[in-house]
Amino acid sequence: MAEHQHVHIEHPDMYDPESSKIGMWLFIFTELLLFGGLFIVYSVYRYMNPDAFHLAAEELNTFIGAFNTVILLVSSMTIAMSTTALQKGHKKVAIALVVITFIIGIGFLVNKYFEWGVKFSHGIWPGSEQMLNEMSQGEILFFGLYFVMTGLHALHIIVGLVIMGFAIRGVANGKVNAKRPSLLDNCGLYWHLVDLIWIFLFPLFYLIH
Amino acid sequence: MSEDKHHHIVPYRLYVIVLVALLALTFASIGITSIELGEFTVAAALIFAIIKSILVLTYFMHLKYDKPYIKLMVAFVFAIFVVVIVITFLDYLYRV
Repeated sequence: MAEHQHVHIEHPDMYDPESSKIGMWLFIFTELLLFGGLFIVYSVYRYMNPDAFHLAAEELNTFIGAFNTVILLVSSMTIAMSTTALQKGHKKVAIALVVITFIIGIGFLVNKYFEWGVKFSHGIWPGSEQMLNEMSQGEILFFGLYFVMTGLHALHIIVGLVIMGFAIRGVANGKVNAKRPSLLDNCGLYWHLVDLIWIFLFPLFYLIH
Repeated sequence: MSEDKHHHIVPYRLYVIVLVALLALTFASIGITSIELGEFTVAAALIFAIIKSILVLTYFMHLKYDKPYIKLMVAFVFAIFVVVIVITFLDYLYRV
């Protein structure tokens, strides 16, 4: 027992909420490099192929895009609220709010599945014959960017869901609590980043015709 | 000790207000882009997206309650991104 305590003193608690936060922000900056680069590619190709982008964007379903925007914004609110609940000591409310966020995230992916499914049934996917034979260079670029950027975004949704799983476990077993909220806070920051990216993807792909 | 001082609990109500604002901006941007504005459509859609992202960064991502150096760091990085876009387009717009 005495030895155990000794070891404990030699390895003090390294919890540091401020460093955790900065670390998360630095990671978010690298995400900005990733998506920012793609946004620049999109805007340059759009500038070079305005008519093709206009035409191709009409193919996208604004309703599904808008619906996904709405649910993603709601999920951002619920995960932000979970931090408030945790700080107030309402553990069950905090867990419930993250679970709601998780379910909405799944809903987003389900919509994406159907949306991409419709494109596939129209013969539109990267490298499909329909694309290569019937589309102009600009339209191919539009759909290429559409699949890469929304696909990469969906990948981030999946990662966000995994992080939420860890956050739920942490809050449930008490390792994440009002005094040590960093895991939940950073989970929230990541989810807001995913929301932030979608805030730009939605108008650029669905709204601008 | 100082940890508690910086711990600002954001009320639920504020998050609901921000969400309502974000949804209103979303529908406004759908509305405005459905009107034929020509080349201004892109600008209008981007302005709405930028206002929405500022709301998300400020309230949902807690920047409003963070220390000044974190705010500065984020603002600086986003400013650099804007500069990169501007430089890219200065290149493309003035190519012969």
